[in-house]
Parts: sequence; C-alpha cells; structure tokens
Amino acid sequence: MNYFTKLIGWVDERFPLTSNVKAHLTEYYAPKNFNFWYFFGSLALLVLVLQIITGIFLTMHYKPDAALAFASVEYIMRDVPWGWLIRYMHSTGASLFFVVVYLHMFRGLLYGSYRNPRELIWLFGVGIFLALMGEAFFGYLLPWGQMSYWGAQVITSLFGTVPFIGPDIAEWLRGDYLTSDATLNRFFAFHVIALPLVILGLVAAHILALHEVGSNNPDGVEIKKLKDKKTGIPLDGIPFHPYYSVKDLVGVVVFLMVFAVIIFFAPDMGGYFLEANNFVPADPLVTPAHIAPTWYFTPYYSILRAVPPIGISQFPGVAAMGLSVVVFALLPWLDRSPVKSIRYKGNLYKAWLAAFVISFLILGYLGTIPADTYGQFGAWLGKADIATVVARICSVVYFAFFFLMPWYSKKDKTKPVPERVTG
Amino acid sequence: MSDKQNGQHQADSQTGASYQPNQSPQVNLEKRNFLIATSAVGAIGCAAVAVPFVKSMTPSERAKAAGAPIEVDISKLAPGGKLTAEWRGQPVWIIHRTEEMLAKLSAHDEQLSDPNLEVPQQPEYCKNKDRAIKAKYAVMLGTCTHLGCAPNESFVETADWDGGFVCPCHGSKFDLSGRVYKGSPAPTNLVIPPHKYLTETTLLIGEDGEVA
Repeated sequence: MNYFTKLIGWVDERFPLTSNVKAHLTEYYAPKNFNFWYFFGSLALLVLVLQIITGIFLTMHYKPDAALAFASVEYIMRDVPWGWLIRYMHSTGASLFFVVVYLHMFRGLLYGSYRNPRELIWLFGVGIFLALMGEAFFGYLLPWGQMSYWGAQVITSLFGTVPFIGPDIAEWLRGDYLTSDATLNRFFAFHVIALPLVILGLVAAHILALHEVGSNNPDGVEIKKLKDKKTGIPLDGIPFHPYYSVKDLVGVVVFLMVFAVIIFFAPDMGGYFLEANNFVPADPLVTPAHIAPTWYFTPYYSILRAVPPIGISQFPGVAAMGLSVVVFALLPWLDRSPVKSIRYKGNLYKAWLAAFVISFLILGYLGTIPADTYGQFGAWLGKADIATVVARICSVVYFAFFFLMPWYSKKDKTKPVPERVTG
Repeated sequence: MSDKQNGQHQADSQTGASYQPNQSPQVNLEKRNFLIATSAVGAIGCAAVAVPFVKSMTPSERAKAAGAPIEVDISKLAPGGKLTAEWRGQPVWIIHRTEEMLAKLSAHDEQLSDPNLEVPQQPEYCKNKDRAIKAKYAVMLGTCTHLGCAPNESFVETADWDGGFVCPCHGSKFDLSGRVYKGSPAPTNLVIPPHKYLTETTLLIGEDGEVA
C-alpha cells in the first residue's frame, strides 16, 4: 500500500471522499446517447466558475460608491494590469452565461427533461434562471453608466406599478426616492454576496436532484428500467467519468475559443453585450435617447411593452412580464404528452415549439429597438406602431405555447417509443 | 455503491412504514405542547429580528435630508424658456410660458387623455385651466409617467404640434402643461410637485404649506 492510497484511506474514514467521487463521477451512469445539446449544462457550470473568479478579482479594484464607481471601472480598464481582460471576461461571461443557459433550457424543451421524475431538477433550474436574471440586473448597475442607471430606474419603477404597495416597495428597493448611491451600494451587496450564494445552493440542489433520478436523454427513455442482471448497471449507461468528462472537455475547448474571440475582438458585441450609452457616466437629469435592456432580457421587455395599460395602471404589463419568466416552472404539469422526446412527438407539438421559438426570437429583437422603428399602421388600426402590434401577436403565441399545451400535447399524434436508446 | 444506496433507501422506507406517531403510547403531550409553544415564540422572535433588517433598507436620515424642499430663483427665466431644478434627485421643470403658448394650450383638449385633470397628478391648487398657481409659470416633474424616463423638450411648433415634450424612451407626448396626449404609452399627465411662491420670483419646491 503506497502513501497515496494510505492518505485516501485516512480521509475516507473521516469524510465520504471516495464514495462521493464514485456516486457522482466514476459510477454515475449517464445514458450513452448524449448529443450536442448536452454540452451546455457543464458549460454553464464552467461559466459560473469563471464569473466567480473574475468577479472576485474585479471586487479588489471596484468601488461601490456613486461618486467613484464609474471611474473605478475605467481605472480597471486602463490602469490595473490586465484589468481590461478580467473585466471583459466578466462582462462577456455574463452574456455567454445566458447563451449557454438558454440553449440548456431549450434542450429540456426538446427532450422533455422536465417530465416526471425530473420536475424538481427543472424547478431548481428555473430558480437558478431567476437568480441569474437578478444577478445580471444588479451587476449591470455597478459600472454606473447611463444605461446602468436608467435600466435600474426603469426596472425598480416596475415594482412601483404594483397596486397599493408598489411605490413603497420601489422606494424600499432603492433606499432613496430615486436610484442613487444607496441603490448602488445594496445592488453591489446583492451582486457579490447574496445572489451568488443563492445560485451556488441552487446549482448544488440541481445536480443532486439530477444524480438522484439520473439524466434524461434524446430518446426520453429511462435507462434505469433495463439493468444488467449481475452488475445492476443500466444497459444503456456509461460512467460519467471518463466518458462524459472527456466529451465535455471538447465542449469546453470549443467554448473557450469562442469566448476568447469575443473578448479580444468584439467585447461589446456591437452594443449588445455592453451598450454604447454605458460608457457615459450616470446622470439622473438626462435620459438616454433609447433605453433598452441587454439582449438577454429583451424578450420579456417586449412583452412588458406590448401589454397595454388598464386605465392608468401599468401593472398588467409588469405582471405579464413576470409571468412570461415564471411560466417555465409550470411546464412539467402542462405537458400531457405520452412521450418525452421531440423525436417521438407529432407535428402538432413540433409546430407549437417552432412558433414559440420564433416568437421568442422576434420578441427578443423587438425589445432592442424603439417601438416606432417600423412606423405606424393606418387609421384602420388606430395608428398603432407596427412593432408593437407584432410584439402583441408574438406575446400571444408565447403564452399560448404554455397555456394550450395541456390540450395540444394530448391531441398530438405521437410515435411509439423504443425500449432502449437509439444512439 | 449504487447497491448500497438502494439498500439504505429500502431500510428507510421500511422504518417509515412502521413508524406511527399518533398511536404510540409514549407521547408526552406536555413536552409536545411545550415544544410547539417555544417554536411559536421563536418564530415571533425571528419575525421581530427581521424588522431592523427590512427597515435598514428604507431611505436613511441622510437621504431624507437630501429630499428636503429647495428654493429656486426664477427671476432670470426668460419667456419661452425652461429651467431645470433638482429636487430629490429628480428634475423639476419650470417653464415660463408666453401668451401664445398659453393660448394654444386650450386648443387641443380633444387630443389629450386627461385634459380636465381628473387623475390627481397635481395638488388641488393646480387643478385649473393652466395647471399652475401663476398661469405663466408651469412647474412639473420632468419624469415620464410611463417608466420614469426624462422627456425631451420640443417647443418648436409645427402644423400638427403645439409644442411640448416627447419622451425618448417610448414616445409619450405631453403638452406645455404636462398633459399627456392620447396614444402615448404614458397613462397620466406629468406630476406637479407640491410648491409655493415665497416671493414674486422665488419658488419653494417640495412644500406648499398645506401638506406637512
């Protein structure tokens, strides 16, 4: 027995090291037919780690003070050795986090990964998504540029539209009568401590729940149903390590290449990752000509703008926007199809999914432009903005995808599901 | 490993099935009630401790002091001009309206959402034809009632525009009294803050003597 084995033995008597490595890596059996779409879970974890590390180093130089914040970010960009790289890694990482998470969620939609018995994995995932949105929103205020400031002003005003208690909530969130130093200071606290802790806890729960029930796969069949009689290992399962750890490494390499290209050649992505107006210091007395959130929020922002006010209340739009995000949590109970995977679903479901994706993309685009970009309809439609009418149609499709799902997923003509995965 | 785990699960479920708390003869009701009572007291304690944390996020004394009323000297404000003062960090506009501007204000009532000021977006003393204490001086918050952006001034008149403000965010339009045009995303007229004249040419914004 060599010293290393002895050391591991010593640890194992005091801490479940080997047993955990086995349970989660070397003897965690994942379906052997994972495809392209299964890269994005591990990539999301990679981006989370990158964000935490770059974030820690940014915190060493950043000042969460309305008088100093903007200059301290410029200081990081110009004077701190390699500060520009760390900051661009963090800002690009934020956008790529959403790219990866949206693709990860779409994978769930494709293969029914939210279905029984994986409802809790999905709910934890929706929780991570919500916390991530909060994290991105709070973080975007920190550079204290014009778009930071006015974005925060608009979003905190949304809470002000809640009937009766709204104005008090908005004031409580800001800690002042408007977005100010107090707001910046607390958003910093939320961004660097509160939400990262929440996200880490939810990610742990997400993975623990996944390893309890096992991964879904592109065929949507349960590999645990058919096990080798002697070993008890699923016939279609392979150990996560080394098979998928190596596969995921390939994804990591490709991802990091894309990541590096963006950081070095297009860190602001033509205004989509870092908006031009945010290179101007925050000014409470001057509103930018056009306020748009960063690209990952624009589908929901479009829905907010598309819903008309009732009387003098903006609340319906705000409620619709909130619903458009949390409605994902209902998916496990809305989908009544006898099959999980898109491979065995019929054309009806596929058409709805396609309509949803197209609406989501159109809403995302419309959220980046002013409502009057495409002009107005004639008097026959009350001279409504063309972009607004399109956004309304897409919003209806967006919600119909979810709320009509119990009906069309049942009516859909599905194909027979095989016993085992098809590769 | 997986076998061992499964074994544990089975054992757990078996003990779960045989465990019947209500039929156990050894229930100590006194102890149970004590535990329930202490838990309840503990929960109340936790709620009480939450109060300081929630309250700590409300505006501080410094923020409240910074929100105190401000004095504005309007003696140098030329006719047709606009002055922006800052109160509670929000822009307060004071517009010196000319006779022509005032004349046009009553000409477009049918294009407005709320020409008669039904929605209380102004103090009672400004609920009049000119939406002002003194007709020539309009005072209002330069914050769009849609989502809090700052509308831009557009005083140049054209054939179908009587002069006013246009919000750059979502295109809401307001006239020179801050009344919103129909078809704007903004639901209401611009807010008129409490204010009063200390002298002929000095305004106090944030306090009017009627409300504390």
